[in-house]
Order: sequence, then C-alpha cells, then structure tokens
Amino acid sequence: MSKLYSVSILILLLSLTTACELQAVKPWERSILAKPSMQLTADEVENALDEHIYFSKEASTGGQSIGGGGCGCN
Amino acid sequence: MSHFSSIKIRESLSLACCTLLHAAPEASAALLDDVEVDSAVLIYSEADNRVSLIEPIVKLKTELEEDQFLSVQMVFDALTGASPNGAQASNIAQTFTSPSGISLYTTNAGELPLDSTFRDTRFALTSTLESPIDRLQKNIYSLSVSTEHDWNSLSAGYTYSKDLNLRNTTVMSGLSLTYDAISPVGGAPIAFEQMLAPGFLQPKDGKKDRNTVDFIAGVTQVLNRKTISQLNYSFSQSQGYHNDPYKILSLVDDTTAVVTGDYLYEKRPDSRQRHILYWKTAHHLTADVINIAYRYYQDDWGIVSHTVDLKYRFELSDKDFLQPHIRYYSQSAADFYRHSLLASELSALPEFASADFRLGEFNTTTLGLKYGRDLGANQAFSSRIEIMRQSGNSQPADAFGEQLNHDLYPDLTAIILQLSYSFSW
Repeated sequence: MSKLYSVSILILLLSLTTACELQAVKPWERSILAKPSMQLTADEVENALDEHIYFSKEASTGGQSIGGGGCGCN
Repeated sequence: MSHFSSIKIRESLSLACCTLLHAAPEASAALLDDVEVDSAVLIYSEADNRVSLIEPIVKLKTELEEDQFLSVQMVFDALTGASPNGAQASNIAQTFTSPSGISLYTTNAGELPLDSTFRDTRFALTSTLESPIDRLQKNIYSLSVSTEHDWNSLSAGYTYSKDLNLRNTTVMSGLSLTYDAISPVGGAPIAFEQMLAPGFLQPKDGKKDRNTVDFIAGVTQVLNRKTISQLNYSFSQSQGYHNDPYKILSLVDDTTAVVTGDYLYEKRPDSRQRHILYWKTAHHLTADVINIAYRYYQDDWGIVSHTVDLKYRFELSDKDFLQPHIRYYSQSAADFYRHSLLASELSALPEFASADFRLGEFNTTTLGLKYGRDLGANQAFSSRIEIMRQSGNSQPADAFGEQLNHDLYPDLTAIILQLSYSFSW
C-alpha cells in the first residue's frame, strides 16, 4: 500500500512539474531566473538552521541534499 | 581591523579549508579575492521552560578560480532546558535517576516528566568544494565534522552534476558516508534494563557507533523564464546504535495504568532505511516570488510523513521584502512507539519499544514572517520570527485507567527568532 502511495505521489509531482508551460529558455532570457530570490534555496544559512531544528524535533529528515554530518539531537 | 590582519585571517582560513579538502595549497592564494559572508544568529525557545537554544552560524564562500567555489560553514549551538524523558505523567510525584547515574530529579504529580539535566553544546563545520569538470559538468566534494560532549560525527560526500538542454536541465547524483561515535553520559544503558536508583550499579554498555550511507539523485528543470523546479529522490541506510540513551518507558499496572515506579530504557532497531521524495518549485510573478516544496518520507520503522512548505516573497520595493512562511508536517508513528509498557510485559517484552514523542503520531505547524533589506555595497540584513506548534493524540485508543486523567501527548510550542547579515569581505 505504501509503495502504491509513493508511486502516486511521484506521478502527481511529475504531473505538476510538466503541466507548466515548458519553454527552452535561452541564455539571454535568464534575467529573472538569475535573481537571488529565484534560487531554489534562496537563503542557505536559514535553510541549514531550519533543517537542524526539524531534524531535532521530528522523525523525518533529508531530501534536499546529502551529508552535513550527524547530531546527537535526534 | 586593519587590511593586513584581515588578509592574514583570510589566508589562514583558506589554508585550513584547503587542507581539510586536500585542495592544492596554491589555490589558497586566490582566496584574497572577495569572500561572501553569510552570518546569522538563531534563538529557539520552547514554552514551559523546555529546550532553549542559541545558534550562531557563519558561512564563507569564495571563488578559487573560474567556476571553482569553496565554502565553509561553521555552526555553534548551546542548548539548555528540560526534555521529556519518555515516562508518562502520574497522579503521584515521580523520581528519576539522572543519565550520569549519580543524582536524582523529581517530577511533580500530574506533570510531564522532563529531564532537567539536559544541556549540550555543539560545534559543526562543513566544507564544500565545487569544481568544474568542463563547461557543463562539475564535481562537488563535501566534508563535515560535528562534535559535542556525547556525540562526534564525521561525514564525507561526493556529488556529480551535469547541465543539459542549453542548461535548462541539470541532473545530479551523490553519495555520502557518515560515521557517528556516541558516548552517552554515564555510558550507554542496556536496552530494556530497569533504571536503578543512584548508588546501585547500573549495567552500561559504554560507547556506541553508527554508520550511514546516503544516496541522492535529482533533476532540476527550468520550466520557463519565470519557473524552475527540482525533484530529488534520496535513500539512506544506517547501521548501528539508534537508541536514545536518555529515553525510558514507564511500566504501568495492567488494570489501573498506575505507574509502578519502574522504568525501562528504550530499545530501537539497530538499522534504519529511509526513502525520500522531495519536490520544490520557485515561480516569479510580476515582482513577487512564490516558493513551494513538498516532501514525502517513509522508513522501515513504519514512519510515513508529509511536509508542505510555502514561502511568498512580497517585494515591498527594490530594496526590501516581506516573506510570510507556512510549513505543515504530519507523521505516522513508528511501529514500536509505545506511551508505556504493561507490568505483565516484563516477562515477554516486545522486540522494540520507545516512548520518544518524536516517534509518535503528530503534526507540526509553523507560521513565520521574514523581513529582508538590501543595504547596498553587497550587504543585506534580514530578520524572521516564527511560531512552531506540535500536536499529537493526547488520548490514544489504547489509553486506559489513570492514563485517561493525563495528556499522553502534550502540545509543544516554540518561538524561532533569527537575525541575519550578509556582506562581502
């Protein structure tokens, strides 16, 4: 059942991703994408601090990257 | 600070970084170019005198040569306060032995048992080197060390990434290995052994360790001039000590659920396998930016979780912005999560059991607001305040007797404050 659920979620995410209008963006059309606010992790320090908080308080962790070291907080 | 001493510090830092990552020593000279510095202080405070934390963090990033970046992140955190020890509340006062085995702490009748001896400091350093293979491919090496009085960790990782389709698509794959050396205060208690009063010789196992392998594969896709999306799959396998050496379970009477005054140290499996799907998208509206992320998580302990994270960045002007944030997290309980054990189970204990609230069924809701301002000359400031609330089932279906008088999963509320300052050096 959980595998079925995982596959359903994956299909949903792929659908959401590809449902948007897909355009091959040329290098000279990237002014908006190049903005710091458009980076997928716009604030890496804040992201690292949040990852540490939720790693300490919840059973789930990871997904964005690998490594980063362990911690006795969980 | 004089320009000379500033350069000396940068040289020392760069040499330390290069040594850590085995980079060529001559590369350090290039660090005399600009260093981007991101610094922040986080204050995390739980209600009811539970855990408080202050966590300063500094991240330095510089370009060693064209498209080769070195970053070093240093974090220090200091925790104080009280943390739930796993025992359930009772109509009478309860006394527990501290982890060191030499003192006692008492919980008043009707209150959630908290270990008031809980305090810790931690220092962590993560170094990352991004090195181009050619115009479209790069290697990313990372090394992390973390140390605290009862836990040391060392992690090394490698990630490969390649741009495709006029750089509209990036694929990446990585692997990391982590070794954790665990030396609990007073030694690691033997699982399911009874907690003894100070003065008695508590059997302990000494030091423990854990090995973890993490794998990640992902694709980042530019969808159009205003939208970028990422989808990652991660797999993690850990082997070794997974118990929390400071967590216990209450033994309760089979018919009344009254605590017997006996407590057993918890026992978890000695391995864990995790699967994670992570999706994130940033979309630019006329001026504002919306950032949404979803994570699906499952592990072989029976935990399944969903996390949704939404940030909306209002551009107040070309200099400042306001960013509301909402995060919702929901998890199911581990198969072996128990709020207590029955006295009769002593003769036939389950294979595993833990009363750690973090392994129970609960949800977390976080609401936050961030203000950021560009100060010019490559300087920026931001501050945020967030409130986090965790709620579980205070009266699970298997609660009975005296347990019906107590909240078996008390809510947790915490405030998060952060001040950040970035500049180029």
